[in-house]
Amino acid sequence: MSTSFRIAAVAAAAALALSACGSDGDGAGADGDGLKIGIKFDQPGLGLKDGENYTGMDVEVAKKVAEGLGVAEDKITWVQAPSPQREQLLKTGQVDMIFATYSITDKRKAEVSFAGPYFVAGQSLLVGADSDITGLDDSLDGKLLCSVTGSTSAEKIKEEIPGVELQEYGTYSECAAQVANGTLDALTTDDAILAGYAAQDTYKGKLKLVGGTFSTENYGVGLPKDSEQCEEINEILNGLWEDGTMEQIISDNLGEAGYEYNKELNPPEAGGNC
Amino acid sequence: MQTIFEQFGLLAAFWMTIKLTLWSALFATVIGTLVAIMRLSPVGILRQLGATYVTLVRNTPLTLIMIFSSIALSGVLGLVLASRDAPGGYIATQNFRLAVLALSVYHAAFVCEAIRSGVNTIPLGQAEAARSIGLTFSQSLREIILPQAFRGAVTPLGNTLIALTKNTTIAAAIGVAETALVMRNVAEFDPGLLWTAFGLIALGFVILTVPMGLATSFLAHRLAVKR
Repeated sequence: MSTSFRIAAVAAAAALALSACGSDGDGAGADGDGLKIGIKFDQPGLGLKDGENYTGMDVEVAKKVAEGLGVAEDKITWVQAPSPQREQLLKTGQVDMIFATYSITDKRKAEVSFAGPYFVAGQSLLVGADSDITGLDDSLDGKLLCSVTGSTSAEKIKEEIPGVELQEYGTYSECAAQVANGTLDALTTDDAILAGYAAQDTYKGKLKLVGGTFSTENYGVGLPKDSEQCEEINEILNGLWEDGTMEQIISDNLGEAGYEYNKELNPPEAGGNC
Repeated sequence: MQTIFEQFGLLAAFWMTIKLTLWSALFATVIGTLVAIMRLSPVGILRQLGATYVTLVRNTPLTLIMIFSSIALSGVLGLVLASRDAPGGYIATQNFRLAVLALSVYHAAFVCEAIRSGVNTIPLGQAEAARSIGLTFSQSLREIILPQAFRGAVTPLGNTLIALTKNTTIAAAIGVAETALVMRNVAEFDPGLLWTAFGLIALGFVILTVPMGLATSFLAHRLAVKR
């Protein structure tokens, strides 16, 4: 995904300092004593911590993968994996794998390994239910667009339509609230993330996705470099699409606002990124 | 290092920091002085209002005030501080002014307390003498109390100004293009330059705040009321 780096200098310093002395092992893995899985804690529909419960598409996929690796659900330890810290969490062995809207990119592949992709998302627009914005076209001209600080998605739109004005916040939640009450006109990022907000109880019927997708984000499973489990996880992921589990997970978690994932790009063929 | 200046606009970000500091310092001084006068006034209700303002604002995190001004004041209550065709863009202007508002309101509480501490340096006898020669409250404030109070409060006011300068980085939370935002962008788009950016920004703040500290010490010495 187009990541947001909500990064405090101190956190960065701490993370880098840790990496210097961290082990580079390939994680505890399925050696019988459970898995530490990194997820987002604040992304509705994808990875959300709600009291003691964890919900969302990434969480459900992670559970199925753990099951395939022979780890029971109660042996999973969920760890928060904010975007700027994901590589460091893997490198230092604080997590065994990461399911956190983690797009596979070449820069990241230099640091970590990826199983998958298990899902292909793309940049889209979330607008108010009665908005006249139709997509990435002239209807956006002069509109107020929202995204998070340090995000590539909003910049892409500014290049296409110079007339848009850009508001940046620290998190997507702030954007969603402002779009729902009409102060801002549109929120842009990966469609899966947008669908998660549109499906939230607070925003049901107030927000809609428009314009299809105009980029490709391959969500992968982040693993420590050269992990031995990578190929095994690829097989599990392909299996999830084949037996329909994946579709079920998507409709359970993101389907409520009528979200349709991109059928041309999904299901992706997992593999090749280990 | 060139990239940080050219691609990420570090100098423009520091100019934004300076603008935020100056405007906020101006408004914070005005609001802070008014609140200090309220807290010194002989009218009970004004004293209570002033005390409530200081207690409320001083104990609220600045990030919260900043986000509140953007989400609640501008978003929900529809406060508009910029015209739709403002030069430099509606959102940029609106955010800048909201940030100045939040910074001013927050630091006014500290300015108020700094001035009150200055008032405490004035012997009580002076206020009594002012009253005994027939000066009204506002006359004694204007002629006797405030001039001496500001001179006695140079050090705490200077400290507040330095804190304000560094606190402007919180404006990044609502998307004002200042140094903290540059830092986030560097972390996202060019992580290899993160440490360079960190060093340059730290250096920039030192360049801004050290002269303030020196000026504060100098003025505090120079303006001190000799008693």
